[in-house]
Order: sequence, then structure tokens, then C-alpha cells
Amino acid sequence: MTEPLLSVRNLRVEFPTRRGILTAVDGVSFDIAPGEVLGVVGESGAGKSLTGAAIIGLLDPPGRIAGGEVLLKGERIDNLPAEALRRVRGKRIGMVFQDPLTSLNPLFQIGEQLTETIQLHTGMSAADARGRAVELLVDVGIPAAERRIDAYPHQFSGGMRQRVVLALALAANPELIIADEPTTALDVSVQAQIIALMKKLCREHHVAIMLITHDMGVIAETADRVAVMYAGRIAEIGPVRDVIKHAHHPYTRGLMGSIPTLTAESERLTQIPGSMPRLTAIPAGCAFNPRCTHVFERCCIERPDLLPTERSQVACWLYAGDMRATA
Amino acid sequence: MSTVLTRSQDQPDAAASAPLVKADHLTCVFDVSRPWLERTLAGAPKQSLTAVADLSFEIARRETFALVGESGSGKSTVARMVVGLLPPTSGEVTIDGISMSDPRLDAAREKLRRRIQMIFQDPFASLNPRWRVDRIIAEPVRAFGLAREDAEVARRVGELLQLVRLHPADGRKYPHEFSGGQRQRIAIARALSANPEFIVCDEPTSALDVSVQAQILNLMRDLQDRFGLTYLFISHNLAVVRHMATRIGVMYLGRLVEVAPAREIFDRPRHPYTRMLLDAVPDLEMTGRQRKSVDGEIPNPIAPPSGCAFHPRCPFAAERCRTEPPQITISGHTRVACHAVEEGRI
Repeated sequence: MTEPLLSVRNLRVEFPTRRGILTAVDGVSFDIAPGEVLGVVGESGAGKSLTGAAIIGLLDPPGRIAGGEVLLKGERIDNLPAEALRRVRGKRIGMVFQDPLTSLNPLFQIGEQLTETIQLHTGMSAADARGRAVELLVDVGIPAAERRIDAYPHQFSGGMRQRVVLALALAANPELIIADEPTTALDVSVQAQIIALMKKLCREHHVAIMLITHDMGVIAETADRVAVMYAGRIAEIGPVRDVIKHAHHPYTRGLMGSIPTLTAESERLTQIPGSMPRLTAIPAGCAFNPRCTHVFERCCIERPDLLPTERSQVACWLYAGDMRATA
Repeated sequence: MSTVLTRSQDQPDAAASAPLVKADHLTCVFDVSRPWLERTLAGAPKQSLTAVADLSFEIARRETFALVGESGSGKSTVARMVVGLLPPTSGEVTIDGISMSDPRLDAAREKLRRRIQMIFQDPFASLNPRWRVDRIIAEPVRAFGLAREDAEVARRVGELLQLVRLHPADGRKYPHEFSGGQRQRIAIARALSANPEFIVCDEPTSALDVSVQAQILNLMRDLQDRFGLTYLFISHNLAVVRHMATRIGVMYLGRLVEVAPAREIFDRPRHPYTRMLLDAVPDLEMTGRQRKSVDGEIPNPIAPPSGCAFHPRCPFAAERCRTEPPQITISGHTRVACHAVEEGRI
């Protein structure tokens, strides 16, 4: 097995508040291999975006990493001084956010923003950087890149802007891109284009992607492996096909059943009763236990760790060795 | 549930087969010119944006008619015109035989109002944050004179809250104390409090997480069965629409390009845009179905393409498509506006 590109170990993100400490990400561990697309899926409040922000050191205070480590090619990056982390961010780890309009500076032509980033991270000359910027724009499918490079962000449509943001993320040839809901603000036809583009870039530039989204469909299309998050923890992680087709965790199963599809003929959607707990009231034991139909005593007392099943890992006591017979 | 919530039997049976809602050649043009002084100084012409053009459809009683389309296709504008929040530039909406724009029918329309309600997309913006939930839900009850005594109003509010699977005691809370899904339940309770027959739902679940969306969609279907509601359901999500709708209208740049029974749209899409939309939906089942790639984006509605608005993105576009806007052709239960379909090319 090759060394993982990114390795997150027992990551814990906390927010100290007047009413006590809120734990938004609690003991999250996963690896991303070079060139792999890891989908991180969950509903609002699951902690998926905070996990991404913590990895690149962009947690908004008072949020802080309270435990665990983040390793990029074996080197810890979570405890780097701000200046050193800034050199990692953008150079080795690129970022794409949901709203392309807020990730681009409206006052500068996109060419300036691209060349600035390229020069900062690679030290190229201005002319070379501009040439590289045009290449990148061609790569992400901007038509007439030579001319469009001098346009301002508002002169692009939403889909084209997200392409520019992808070009920016790729500017310094990063090894990993963290994409937080990159297609959520886009229409479905444009979303399909951006998904196809991300897959192409991943292949051609051999860059790994951590794809954070609430949309299982996007994950199914794009990711190699997927981590399902619930209440700040990973409920299930495994190859996309296994998680989607043979979900093990009761939450993943409920989630899959609640998604309306183009082919299912069912009259009713599966319903998970209740909603995700607030951070102030995460239940003891398994965080999903109040909503789970398979709940038993142990779930309310002891928190399950990720346990191996066939090809995935599941944090559910149903799959603990001694329970396997009855599960 | 009690008598307060049972449907009033005031419609004659003869009218039952007539469509409840009829939209006739609806058009809505917005003036998007710059301010007068600025325009005069710059010598710029007036500009207008045709948000909805020549749109006609009918909704039968107890059916769910869905409008789907991408942003800027004019679906929400249609919703606003149907409920009377926005006067159409031309064309007319008729609900139960009463025109929504004829000034002579003011009195009749006043009575009609109670029977039409709306659910909005954003449950954070559509509930007054300064009012307690019971007051929010009670307002239509009082406004339409459905109950006068305080005790009666309170009892009805409690019933409505239970109906949307909330607790009657929740009425004493403020909207901010609820999650998005719970707020949308409150919005549904408010819509139901007027005993409506027809509810316009504008992206009712788009702001919600999928597991909450499932709860709300199931609830909306239960309520429809129970009270015989008619829905106009607006959404950009084809899978949601498939789950809810009996008939579907697909919109592109303010026009209906295809109207068909839900099953037809998904089994045999005719219009190239409908096909493209279906192809663009991520394949959750991972069937590996073959999909055509999607080209281009929605053009600027201020300067829409000539002829058929979809022609620059259409793989079947011919010369005629570039010059002549296609008319709706009817075959069976399906209506399509496409030259290629009409000529039998696809």
C-alpha cells in the first residue's frame, strides 16, 4: 500500500462558548491516497466543512483544533506556524468553495488573480505566469482563454466562474484540492459539466480531491471512496459503490432511502425520524441512537469506533464481532 | 380530526371535472432599464426582460402539476402570477372559473383567496421572527373568519400543529427555536389553516437536508390525500418532481418546452432540453447508464437567442430552429414545442 497523501488522525475541533465547550468534529480519522477522490457527505451540521477547514488551517476563531493530527505526506501540518501553513495552503493544497463569486476578487481581472497566485507559489516571471494562466484556463474549459483572461469575475456566468476557481486552485500544481460544495450553487446541467471537469483534472494532473458535499448523487458520480459524517463523527467510510449499494450503518441506509431518485417507483420515501442533534445535546454513546431503529443498550452507553465490515468501516455496534451473529 | 378541518362541500359535482386552475397565455415582462436620468445621459435604450412568455397550462383538481427548470427559467414568476402576487403583463389565470385579473370579479376573488395558499422556499424568511408560532398559524384563521372565539382559534392551531407532526405546545415558541424542517412544517400548517384547496409550493424543500426533505415530501403527500389538495409544485430537482407530480411542465427561458404526465417525461422525454436535463442528473444508482455530455449554459434572458431559445445548446438544431420559434404540438397527453420533434427528426 502506498503512503497516504493526507492522513487525518483523531481530529477534534472545538468551539469554546460561554455555556461550555462544543465539540463540532469528534475523533475523525481518514486517509486520502495520491490521486484519489474522497467524498465527505453529510447533512448540515455534520461537521464536514469544519473538517475541511481544520485540515487547511482555516478554522474561524474561536474554533480550534483540540486534538489529533493532520499529516501531509507524513509531515504534520496542523501545528505549523501560520506563515509556514500559508505556504502549504494554495501551493500543496488548493481550495474550491461553494460560491465562486466570493472566492474571486471582483476588483481584479481573473488573469491578475491567476498570475499573482502562480508567481507567489512558483516564482515564475510575469510573462511566463501569464502563459501558464492561459494554459490553466484552457485546461478548465474556458473558451477563448487568451481573450477572456482580461475579463472581470462579473463578466462570467456561475459555471464559468467555478471553472476559474478550479484553475486558481490548480495554479501551483497542488497535490490535494479540498472542494467544499463546489457544485451546490450551480444548476444541474452546469453541475454535470463541473463534475466531469473535476474528474478530468484529477486524472490529468494526478491531484487528489477531498470533495465535501451534501449531495450523494455528486459523490456517486465523482468519488472513489466516501465518508458519511453524522454529528461530527464518521458513521461509515468505504468504497463508493459499497457504501451506496450496500450501506451498513443505519444512518447511511436511512439517508439513501430518503433520496428521491429518477427510477425508484416507491410511493413513500424512507423517513429517518427526528433530526440531527444540536452540538449542545449530542447523545451519549452512538450519536445516532435516539433516531436509530436498531438501537440496543450498548448504543446508549458506549461510543462505537469504526469497525471493519466487508470492504467498508462502520461505526455501529451492530457490526461488533460479538453481535455479528444477530446483526 | 375534528370538523373544523374537514373540507367544506361547497363545490358542485358538475365542476369537479373542470380544471381547477387555468393559465392562459401568461406573459410577464420586467422593465430592467437603468434609471431614467442615467439612461438619458448615456443615451441607452429601455431594456426589458421577458421572464415568462406565452405560457398556458391547466391543473386538474387533486393533481400535482410540477414546473421544473433551471434558474432563470421563470418558474417562480409563474408561481407568483398564479397566486396573484404579481400581475401578468398579458394573459390570465383563472381559478375555479374566476379570473384573477378581472376587476369586475373583486368580490368573488375575495372569497377565492382563502382557497389558495402558498409555501415558500426559505422557511427562515417566510415566518415573522417576532411572532410566536401560534399567532403565525392563527392569522389566516382570524383573517378569513374561520373561527372567532379565542378558545376555538387556539384549539384549531393545536390541531394544525399536530397535523404537521409538531406538538401543540410548540405554538408558544418563536420561529428561531425550530430547525429548517420544523419551520417548513409551520409554514405548511399556516397554509393549511385557511382550509385551502390549492397550494402553490415554490421550491418547498430546496433549503432542507435530504432526510428532512423526505419527511416534508411524505407529509405533503399525506395531506394531499387527506384533504384532496391540488398542488402547483415548483422545483429544480427532477427526482423530487418525479416523486411528487402527476404531470410535469419543463420550462426553459420563460417558455414551456414540454408538458406531459410524469411517467411520460421520464420514460420518453421528447424535447432535447428535457433529455439533457435528465442526462445531467447524477446517477445515484451507479447503473453506469450512458449519458450525453451537456453543453453550454442558460443564455442571458435579456437577449435570448432568436428562434427556439434552446437552439445554441441543442444537438438537433437546424436552420429553422434558429429563425422561427416553435409552436406547441400535441400528441396524446404530451405537448412539445420543438421543430425537430414536429418534423419527426428525433
